Amino acid sequence: MAQGLLRFITAGSVDDGKSTLIGRLLYDSKTIFEDQLESIEQASTQRGTDGADLSLLTDGLRAEREQGITIDVAYRYFATPQRKFIIADAPGHIQYTRNMVTGASTADLAIILVDARAGLLEQTHRHSFITHLLGIKHMVVCVNKMDLVDWSQERYDEIVDAFRSFSSRLDIPDIKFIPISALQGDNVVDRSEHMAWYDGPTLLHHLEHVHVAADRNLQDCRFPVQYVIRPQTDADRDFRGYAGRVAGGVFKVGDKVVALPSGLSSTVTSIAVGDKQVEKAFPPQSVVMTLANDIDLSRGDMLVRENNQPDSMQDLDARICWLSEQPMRPGTRFELRHTSREAKAVVKEVVYKLDINTLHRIEDDIEIVMNDIARIRIRTASPLLVDDYRRNRTTGSFILVDPGTRLTVAAGVIYS
Amino acid sequence: MSDYNLSHLDELEAEGIYVLREVAAQFERPAILFSGGKDSICVTHLARKAFAPARIPMPLVHIDTGHNFPETMQFRDDLVKELGVQLIVGSVQDLIDRGEVTEESGFNASRNRIQTPTLINTIEQHQFDACCGGARRDEEKARAKERFFSHRDDFSQWDPKNQRPELWDLYNGQHQPGEHFRVFPLNNWTELDIWNYILRENIAIPSLYFAHEREVVRRNGQILAYSEYLNLRPDEKPETLQVRFRTLGDLTITGAVESDADTLEKIIGEVAAARKTERGGRMDDKRSQSAMEDRKKEGYF
Repeated sequence: MAQGLLRFITAGSVDDGKSTLIGRLLYDSKTIFEDQLESIEQASTQRGTDGADLSLLTDGLRAEREQGITIDVAYRYFATPQRKFIIADAPGHIQYTRNMVTGASTADLAIILVDARAGLLEQTHRHSFITHLLGIKHMVVCVNKMDLVDWSQERYDEIVDAFRSFSSRLDIPDIKFIPISALQGDNVVDRSEHMAWYDGPTLLHHLEHVHVAADRNLQDCRFPVQYVIRPQTDADRDFRGYAGRVAGGVFKVGDKVVALPSGLSSTVTSIAVGDKQVEKAFPPQSVVMTLANDIDLSRGDMLVRENNQPDSMQDLDARICWLSEQPMRPGTRFELRHTSREAKAVVKEVVYKLDINTLHRIEDDIEIVMNDIARIRIRTASPLLVDDYRRNRTTGSFILVDPGTRLTVAAGVIYS
Repeated sequence: MSDYNLSHLDELEAEGIYVLREVAAQFERPAILFSGGKDSICVTHLARKAFAPARIPMPLVHIDTGHNFPETMQFRDDLVKELGVQLIVGSVQDLIDRGEVTEESGFNASRNRIQTPTLINTIEQHQFDACCGGARRDEEKARAKERFFSHRDDFSQWDPKNQRPELWDLYNGQHQPGEHFRVFPLNNWTELDIWNYILRENIAIPSLYFAHEREVVRRNGQILAYSEYLNLRPDEKPETLQVRFRTLGDLTITGAVESDADTLEKIIGEVAAARKTERGGRMDDKRSQSAMEDRKKEGYF
């Protein structure tokens, strides 16, 4: 398998056909099983739908099937000889935006569906903006339901132009446009016979070949210590290993490293995956490193290289997406989670909220409500070791946890 | 492929190990739910790798229906001994004996449903705050909605309409007293990934997964293992077939498939070509469209 794994999310407004598109991808790539098809055919007949309703494949909750909507992200898996895929099928309703954010935070690519009849809607803008905010570098805009606009190139071009004018203000380097009919299968897996004017790839062909490995940061060495391994058994009484997932750069045995925040130096003496010794470690590997000397190093600390260090900051300039039904105003206190570290935090200032349709800044309203996207300033009780999110998705992101309810209330990215 | 690309199995392994370490770091009393099936065996293997050279810092918990394949029990005991970890058994029979649950009766009677109160009881008794399981999103449509850290209230209930957001790999394990988390390190694995990983890592699994001759009963298109726990209808007769199991659950509900796959390579060939899902053989899922969602809400695995 030449390309490894591709994680992507399908987003867009309600009824733009996300679940149907995924059903179509699974069906045409022959990854639907007989008993699954039997079960949805039975359910479709019961509900009086013409043909098998492919959206029933992903709408797995009772409440979703009752209402014919998607409430939470469903994950689906399929493979072609070229690649393995993990799909996050995100809900379109504004009320469930936080579930869309959940799905998008781990995606390499976003498919934004647009209904060819309706054109761009508020949720199209919101989801595109969240894609940009979360630093997803690859986007495919699928203009869906082309069968319902007589396969019109004119209509397609109109939507493409409108989207381009909106997305010119977003930082998404790779955007592709594809006209499709998820219901009938045009340009999803097989080429459409109705749109000779389109000469680009089908959706599946594009997904199989898009190159995402280069998005990983191999320059800046970052190893947040997750867990210290001390066996306390007779055989390994003196063993002290630092377990974690490489967040950036390449660590090699023999490398000089600096532990932060202590600033103490040491040398990497071994790197292991399980009980197998390896020479180097890179993202997103989970490894255990040992060092030449015993230094003070525990969960929440970070190993880096001396000449390339993250910023140590207590005052953060962040963009957040607010995920809680409880509104927030400046002065509210939270627990902030960043890499393997936790810190008390207080919101000092709401700089602005964003009008999602126009991307205009709203500066005179400082109350943040659910699904708002805002720029805020936060102060933490102790310094965090951060990078700009655009350089590193792991060291540039955080969540806020409400100390009372213990719920995750915001997703944040740091621009430094 | 450059030097810095991971195969998809390596990437899934790295993710699973990361999740297990996060559990050990964030919780006071974590545990691994161990059924003896291939998925919980893989979770245990990942845990071994995550904490090597130390022992796995959490006990294995087995919810014992009493209707076990003897092969599974032997396998469990051998593994526990090899790993040097604690084994905690929650017994369905004990709850029945104490009158806390009532057994189903009739031809399709199974102890599947009353595993849930036994599991909850065990969690409360040992005050576990995180239970790692081998469930995968590709198994079933309700499971496709699962988070990695999946919150359970103080009645062990899952609220699928109102799950916590889960951003990047920043897992929030904070909870109120009495609540706990179910954690699923294998969320992103498929059945085929599991088999390919078992082959690659040379992981031992119970012999039941390989083709063998067994006395079975055909019922509603299923092939069920014949045992003293299965109530036969008048027209049903056990017969001997060459079969293997795709999942291992309670003896009375786990369907076998006819197969001559007696090596891992042959099993992988069969799984890759399969036209039915692995849980297609599970009577417990066939009860209704929402059978799994309903059980999960109550606290099932």
